[in-house]
Amino acid sequence: MSTAVIPATLAPAIRPGRSLWQDAWARLRKNHLAVACGFVLIAVVLICFVGPRLSPWNPEVTNLALKASPPGTMETLADGSMAKHWFGTDTLGRDLLTRIMRGGQVSLMVGLVATSVALLIGVAYGATAGYLGGRTDAVMMRFVDVLYALPFMIFVILLTTMFGKSMLLMYMAIGAVEWLTMSRIVRAQVQGLARQEFVEAARSLGLSTAVILFRHIIPNVLGPVIVYATLTVPAVMLLEAALSFLGLGVQPPDSSWGTLIDDGATNMETSPWLLIYPAAFFSITLFCLNFAGDGLRDALDVRGGKD
Amino acid sequence: MSAVLDVKDLQVSFHTRNGVVRAVDRVSLKVGAGQTVGIVGESGSGKSVTCYSLLGLIPQPPGRIEGGTAMFGGLDLLKLSEKELQKVRGSRISMIFQDPMTSLNPYLKIGSQLVEPLRLHEGLDKAAAWKRGIAALKEVGIPEPTTRMEQYPHEFSGGMRQRVMIAMALITRPELLIADEPTTALDVTIQQQVLDLIKDLQKRLGIAVVFITHDLAVVHEVCDVVNVMYAGRLVESAAAADLFAHPRHAYTRALMRSIPALQKKGEPLYTIPGLPPDLSYLPSGCAFRARQTPGRQALCLIDRQPPLQEIAPGHWVQACPGCVEGGLPL
Amino acid sequence: MLRFTLNRLAQSIVVILVVFSLTFFMIRLAPGDPFASPKAMPPDVRKVLVERYGLDKPLAVQYFTTMGSYLKGDLLPSMSYQGMWNSKIIKDAFPISLIIGLSALGVALGLGLPAGIIAAVRKNTWLDYGPMSLALIGICLPTFVMGPILIAIFGLKWRLFNVAGWFEKTDWVLPAVTMGLIYAAYIARMTRGGMLEVLNQDYIRTARAKGVPGWRVVLVHALRGGLLPVVAFLGPALAGITTGSFIIEKIFNLPGLGQHFVSSVFNRDYSLILATVVLYAVLLVAVNFLTDLLVAWINPKVRLS
Repeated sequence: MSTAVIPATLAPAIRPGRSLWQDAWARLRKNHLAVACGFVLIAVVLICFVGPRLSPWNPEVTNLALKASPPGTMETLADGSMAKHWFGTDTLGRDLLTRIMRGGQVSLMVGLVATSVALLIGVAYGATAGYLGGRTDAVMMRFVDVLYALPFMIFVILLTTMFGKSMLLMYMAIGAVEWLTMSRIVRAQVQGLARQEFVEAARSLGLSTAVILFRHIIPNVLGPVIVYATLTVPAVMLLEAALSFLGLGVQPPDSSWGTLIDDGATNMETSPWLLIYPAAFFSITLFCLNFAGDGLRDALDVRGGKD
Repeated sequence: MSAVLDVKDLQVSFHTRNGVVRAVDRVSLKVGAGQTVGIVGESGSGKSVTCYSLLGLIPQPPGRIEGGTAMFGGLDLLKLSEKELQKVRGSRISMIFQDPMTSLNPYLKIGSQLVEPLRLHEGLDKAAAWKRGIAALKEVGIPEPTTRMEQYPHEFSGGMRQRVMIAMALITRPELLIADEPTTALDVTIQQQVLDLIKDLQKRLGIAVVFITHDLAVVHEVCDVVNVMYAGRLVESAAAADLFAHPRHAYTRALMRSIPALQKKGEPLYTIPGLPPDLSYLPSGCAFRARQTPGRQALCLIDRQPPLQEIAPGHWVQACPGCVEGGLPL
Repeated sequence: MLRFTLNRLAQSIVVILVVFSLTFFMIRLAPGDPFASPKAMPPDVRKVLVERYGLDKPLAVQYFTTMGSYLKGDLLPSMSYQGMWNSKIIKDAFPISLIIGLSALGVALGLGLPAGIIAAVRKNTWLDYGPMSLALIGICLPTFVMGPILIAIFGLKWRLFNVAGWFEKTDWVLPAVTMGLIYAAYIARMTRGGMLEVLNQDYIRTARAKGVPGWRVVLVHALRGGLLPVVAFLGPALAGITTGSFIIEKIFNLPGLGQHFVSSVFNRDYSLILATVVLYAVLLVAVNFLTDLLVAWINPKVRLS
């Protein structure tokens, strides 16, 4: 239990000329686990986006002679040389590792694009509501409350069916659902800031609303937004995987980690590696994203939020 | 006079990632029966840590008591286990804190917080404890105590909450009360009322009080003995009258000069230049050299820390030739 | 209190009305209709069906007649399950989801709360790192990975439970655990965060200075404040937990309510979608009301208004 006093001198001595961001960066670097997670994430991104170029296998070419073969199976390439299926092959004889890399591209892109969409809508909506305040704010936030009362899954499915099976649109549909919490966070922040002295000062200097919003408020909301965005990426990836698992997301022959896990779960008894490897990639990525988000939260000293 | 509390050479440090912070360095102090002993110093001087460590209230780790003894009624507080300390805390030694707005639990009724020490230490049943609680509220001057018992902290003003804290601390009739800046967070008008209340109750109940503050004016009003702390060490210790009449150490004099009430009108307010030193990198010599206190820096010790020396009966001072007024007797 | 209740009731009616209307019109915006099924339907059959369900009438008429039936407590017949009433479909499926959801909640609270409390009290020791790493892994292991793993261990290897289906008295266990573990992870993290925040408060120091024993400091003085974030989270989550998860139902092949949320959208079963969504909204509103009461009970500073 840690209660009672810590002497004021335990706080880092005053170092003049170090901005909030530099301070945060220094704190983040001390959090070794978060830094390690950052490196793992970079590695995962590199593996997914550069890996397929280096792989001898085409993730779409099937080989029924080698279907569902365990990790380490060798196969002869077109030029006569031998190459290994490091993670084995799937039920159609396609190289699992290459498919995981390709699927990773989709999953990661979904995370990125959908989060960006959520970020854009959420920040714009929340900042407007928080800044305008009063009746407008009340109406805008009530609307968010109502949207919260819609079952989330129906919403996404409806959007995906409306937009057809275009992958880009699916990203955007997911993003369009995930912006609610972001808008709440931004609004709360802006509301607090709008009453602070430096904003009053800017207003008394005759700066326009837009200038105040972009120059003074948004930079100050950035901390919580970055943190929440980092934590939204895994949430979105999870949602994409769930949709793909239900057959609503990525359509064959394309794959994402969600569809690969779905395949794996179906064939779990006969070929467990089909579940283990994609699930491991997926979970490690989510783990690192969450951990990096937590690290960022501590470093930027963002309080509150979901947990 | 027999001492209620006798602290000798208390050493407390915090082991942090940025190094070892020597928060309290060989501090000794004695509290006689019925006496009020003040500990004065800037924030971070170690005055609170001194008291908290006596009751095991510093987080350990990173805090660690490195040495010393603290005799209290035949017990060495520093050697007691957490369980044994729990029996002392709130029963024989009580504390009140700086901020009454945050020191009471917002989720619990005033009454149940107030009588908790009675229930824990005296094993009273709820009804009997509640009765004593009402009496205790009356004692500290809270009107309508019966209704007030049922209310929550947010329904009380700051001054009223501090009265509740005092009632809670004294409800078990402890031998010693440690008051950690009990008036700092209050309005000036309320400050005086709370001070008067503490003084009054102390006299009536005959308890000893350790009064932690950074406000020399308050010290002047309530304390019999004053200890001045700086950078985790005692700088000067003397009877209050003696200290205010003849402050010997440069730091004590600087503190006195910075009491606004004692300064001439129209003169700029005096402030002590600079900041207290970083306790994890203490200078090897006198800790005031860098702060240009009204001594003669040229004479300050630079190779070793000045020891405490009794320069008049009962008047101890950190014996640095540059800081002690009128030089040191040899 | 009465004013709060009335106020909330009025708000809830508005929320439900908006949800009702949004759903009613949005689902009709989606391409296709309930009777555009894959197997080609003779035009005259189709015409009969369209007329029977009133889909040939102007949208405004449909909207108000539907609302009229809902006000009378009639949830209308399903459009995809011919001859089935939506209320019957819900009555069959909802209890299953409710049982699984509530058991999952039990698992989540039973594991999450103690883990979070212990981790906060023993901060930065292995009792903190251990459970919290597990919790983070729990959050990152989606149900559709956790489910098959649990099936493999407890269903296939040890044969303790049925792998799928809803026949025996123990069939709720694996789905509830699968669902509960994920929520347990969230609750553990939230509890830890809330408790840490509270344990650093001045009033905890006051309690310790009074000589309150460690366990009592945690349970009596810290727990109430520390649990507030969990309560705030659980309220809204409860509606989602008890109305079933399509993924869980797919993995364990359960006839719960979650499947209807998804299949009704695919079948463009306008009336079943509306019934399930409105049910969800009503549940959510009710649960939020209860949450507010609970929060006000825990935190005396909160005024119900």
